[in-house]
Formats: sequence, structure tokens, C-alpha cells
Amino acid sequence: MALLSKKDTSLILDPLADNNPITIQVLGICSALAITAELKASIVMALSVMFVLGMGNVVISLMRNIIPSKIRIIVQLVVVAALVIMVDQVLKAFAYELSKTLSVFVGLIITNCIIMGRFEAFALANGPWRSFLDGIGNSAGYGLILIIIGFFRELLGSGTLLGFKVLGDPIEKTGLYAIGYENNGFMLLSPMALIVVGLIIWVQRSRNKALIEEN
Amino acid sequence: MSLKSNLHNLKEKYKGKKMAPAFNAIHTFLYAPNETTHSGSHVRAVDDLKRTMNTVIMALVPVLIFGIFNAGYQHYAAVDAANGVVRQVSLFGNFLTWENFIMGAWTVLPLVIVSYAVGLAVEFLFAVIKGHEVEEGYLVTGMLVPLIVPIDTPLWMLAVAVVFGVVIGKEVFGGTGMNILNPALTIRAFLFFAYPTWMSGDKVWVHQAVDLAGGPDAISGETILGYLAQNKGAEMSYSVSDMFFGFIPGSVGETSTILILLGGLFLIFSKIASWRIMVSAVIGALVMGLIFNGVVDAGWITETSKFYGLMSFAFWQHLIVGGLAFGIVYMATDPVTGAQTNRGKWFYGFFIGFISVLIRVFNPAYPEGVFLAILLMNVFAPTIDHYVVRGNINKRMKRAKNATILPSDGEGKAQELKAETV
Repeated sequence: MALLSKKDTSLILDPLADNNPITIQVLGICSALAITAELKASIVMALSVMFVLGMGNVVISLMRNIIPSKIRIIVQLVVVAALVIMVDQVLKAFAYELSKTLSVFVGLIITNCIIMGRFEAFALANGPWRSFLDGIGNSAGYGLILIIIGFFRELLGSGTLLGFKVLGDPIEKTGLYAIGYENNGFMLLSPMALIVVGLIIWVQRSRNKALIEEN
Repeated sequence: MSLKSNLHNLKEKYKGKKMAPAFNAIHTFLYAPNETTHSGSHVRAVDDLKRTMNTVIMALVPVLIFGIFNAGYQHYAAVDAANGVVRQVSLFGNFLTWENFIMGAWTVLPLVIVSYAVGLAVEFLFAVIKGHEVEEGYLVTGMLVPLIVPIDTPLWMLAVAVVFGVVIGKEVFGGTGMNILNPALTIRAFLFFAYPTWMSGDKVWVHQAVDLAGGPDAISGETILGYLAQNKGAEMSYSVSDMFFGFIPGSVGETSTILILLGGLFLIFSKIASWRIMVSAVIGALVMGLIFNGVVDAGWITETSKFYGLMSFAFWQHLIVGGLAFGIVYMATDPVTGAQTNRGKWFYGFFIGFISVLIRVFNPAYPEGVFLAILLMNVFAPTIDHYVVRGNINKRMKRAKNATILPSDGEGKAQELKAETV
């Protein structure tokens, strides 16, 4: 028997492309614009959301039969808040510089629509194993887009990747900078991140015509 | 066989193929099409999109030629100034010279060529991908772009910005006539935010000032707004007539107010551009300038304030420095991105002038706000139109409700009509 059934596989793979939380459902845009100026921050953010959503989905799924539906939003908030504080503390303890870069946006994972969306739409109606897969899949889809945006923004905006000067040194004029290349400052501003998201959506929809809505 | 019939045959041959729009574009660009409509009644007019575009380009040619001479003149004037030689501008003595023209053409024409080549390549590419006809929209944009950038803008930056502006500013919305933002200003805005060091400061407005900076031959060319923003208005050696005729540093085509004015009059009389927008934008700029002058006169701002230089600048002189005149005449009047209703045009133009001067004075990073003001009002133009149209509907609705239908006191049709339209 395979590790994952076909249905379970689709839980992980669908959100990566055809049901991507950012490009298709257009959720979680706020953090995608705010913290993607550096690839490293994007990766850490993606991992943090993966932890919160994966764990959160399992917890909510385990409690799904005992949560009174009238107060379920509050219960969900408590779960997310607890997980986010754990992430925040871990970052502060082991990656202090990075947690300063991410600043308030780690805390704002609580308000990431993807998380509450998956709790409501999936974890409340499915078992813990499938909820876990769904959480991992959705946060992977979110993280994938974040990393793509972070890659282009850091490469074109700062000329570095994960802090390494891949295009040469802009001050000593080595590498590409020797022939007059300059970093694109617009890439470091949030509006450009929105445009990059738009371009990704554009590419995705022109490759898969089924995603284009009728209007 | 003539070129025309050759092209026509090619067009027939490629009909329905992917490349068809490219051949059609060349054909219709050079010649009137062979086919005419066969049936029905049609309005026959000669001012098609191509002719509209060409009229604007004609209005831009004097500005371009002046820009070429001025580019050369500013370079040699800055070199003279660096060597301590005092130079007095004289139109035929040291302005309209071959030396200036060759230096200017050598620096300006590459900008024009890159702008057109890259922009039209993107247009052709999108026409082929979408299977649409190639649109003429880029003809004016391609001419505007080199006129609104600093003289030494690196060509690859211009190319990147043109690709961005045409794709993001226009093609994603559906091409010419569907865009929300003025593509030329989108290109300008991209350059400004992406490469600010090449778009502002005192080194970019004169050819070679960047290359020579820091060396023994260093030259500088601060714009008038730049001087004022640093409260150094007294060091400036430009007279009002220099500003009006355009013998000042600045973007390639923006300096000569008189030629822009002539171009604007030409556009108004050929009914290409809206005089309402131009007039109201001038009013808007004057009103904002007057407010700032009033603030200074009232003593609320002293000479120590960093806004003093620009705030105390005579209100009407705002119109003849920087890109305000150029923006008002050639950019704000873009019929696609501007307001469409006549009353809306007054609001749209007024706020362009008003906000331009506002940004000019309060923007610490860059003493020019025309392109930002126009882009902002581009975004608001549909909203303005919406409220103008709503207002009109409400007014007529009210009139229809309150109308008292007079009893017709005669038999004639005229009386009945009169009763209905009270």
C-alpha cells in the first residue's frame, strides 16, 4: 500500500498549483507583499505558516466534535494564537535578527486568511491525518508563491540571494555591476510585489485555461 | 509591382495566420487600406486613430528639436561654468549651433530609437499572440518617453522601463484605449522608483555630468526646482525668460514652455486635446501656488523652513519650470486615461495642477510631482465621470418629477412639445 492514497496526494498537490491559496483563492496577499523583499524572510515565513497551519489543522480536527459551533471562531483563534506565539518565541530565541526583519508579521500570521479558511473549510469536517495533509499542502502552496516572489524581489531588487552577492558587488563594481547594471529599487517596494503576484497569476492562467473565470 | 500591392499580397497570403497582424500593421501604417465598407451608411471621417496620433507627434517635434539643441547647450554651458567662463545665452550665437545639435542628437536620438524599437516590438508581439490588429497607441507614447526622462538615462534602463510600462500599463488591460494609466507616465514612474539615482539629483540633467562627477572636470546641472528645494534660489543664474524659452536644465523635452504652449495651441485648434483640461490644470496650479505664496506672506513659514524656497517661488513661475507645462499639454490631455465628461474634465484638470504643485513643494526626495499627480488623477478619472453622470441623471430625474405638464392651449405640435419639455 502506498504511503498516501490518491485522494490524500491531491490534498497536498492541488494547493500547489490549480487551487493555490494565493494565486487562485487570492488569500494571504498581505503577508506576501510585506515580507518578500528577502528570500530568507520568505522561506522562514513559509515554514512558520506551515507549522501553524499543519498543527492547527490537526488540533482543530481532533476537537471538531466537541467545539460548540457558536464559539468555534474563538476556539480557532485561541489555537492559532498559541501556535503563533510558539513560532514567535522560537524565532526570537534562535534567529533574533530574522525575527526583527519579520517584526510584526509573525504575529500577524493569526490574521492570515488561509489559516482560518482551512480550519473552517476543512479541519472542522475531516479527520486529523487528512487535515494535517491539507494544512501542509495549503501552506506549501502559499510558501511556494512566497518563495518565487522573494526570489525575484531579492535577486532584482538587491542583487543577492539569501544574502549572497550573486550578481557581483554594487559598490566595488564587480560582476554585472561592472557593465553598468543597477539594482531595481522598485522591486523592494510592496507595490512591485503585488505586480509580481499579478504576473504569476497571469502566467498560471494562460498555461491552464480552465482557471479563467467566465465573466 | 509597387510596395503597396506587394504588402497587400503578403497580407492576403498570411490572412488567418499568426503573423497576419504584423503585416496588416505595416500595410495600414504606410497606406490607406484597399477595402472600404460595402453596405450601409457610415460616418466618414478622416481623423482616425493613426491621424490623431500623428497630430500629437507633429506637436511634439518642435519640442524634440529644441530638446536636442538644449541638451548640447546645457552640456557646453556646464563645462564652461566648471572652467569659470561666464556664458550668456543667445539664440543664434551659442544656442542654435551645429556643435550643440550634434552633441544633442548623439544623446537624444538613441533614447528615441530605443523607446520606439522596444515599445513597438512589445506591441507587435502582443498583437501576434492575441491575434489582434497592431494598435497605433504606442506612436505617441514612444515619442513622449524620451522627452520626459533625463538626458543620460542608460538605454537598458529605458528598455526595461518601456517593456514594463507597455505590458503592465497597457497590454494587461487590453491594449490601446483600455488602459487606466498613461503608459508614458507609467514608464516614467517605473524609472523613478526603480532607479532613483538616475532620475533625480543635480547630476543627471546635463550630459556627462555623472561620468565627470568627482573628477577635476566635474560639471553640475541642478534644475531650478532642485535649487529651490534646497533653499538655494539665490545661487541660481536663470532669468524668467530663460525659464520661459527653455534654456534651463531638465528632462529632454520639458524645458521650453513657449514651444509646449505652441504645441498645446496646435492641439487645441486641431481639436485633438481638450482645452478644458489644459485651462483647468493651469488654474489649479496657480491656485495652489497662490495659497503657498499666501502662507509665506502671512509669515507662517520663515526662511529657515525647508519648504521656504519652493513656497516663496512666485506662483505663476511654477508653470514655466519643471515638467508642469509639458505634463498639462501632452500627458493630462490623453483622451483614454483622462476624464471623459466636460464637467469632469474641469475637476480632473484642476486637481492635476493643484496636486502637482502640492507634491512639488512637500516632496522632500524629489522636487517634481507632475507625473505623480497625473497618474493619481488617471486613477480617479472614472470616479469623477461617474459622479458627473450620476449628477446629471439626478438633475434630470428631479426635473422630470417636478415638471408641470401645461395643458396644451393649441392644436399644434409645437405646444405639445413645449409642454413636455418644461
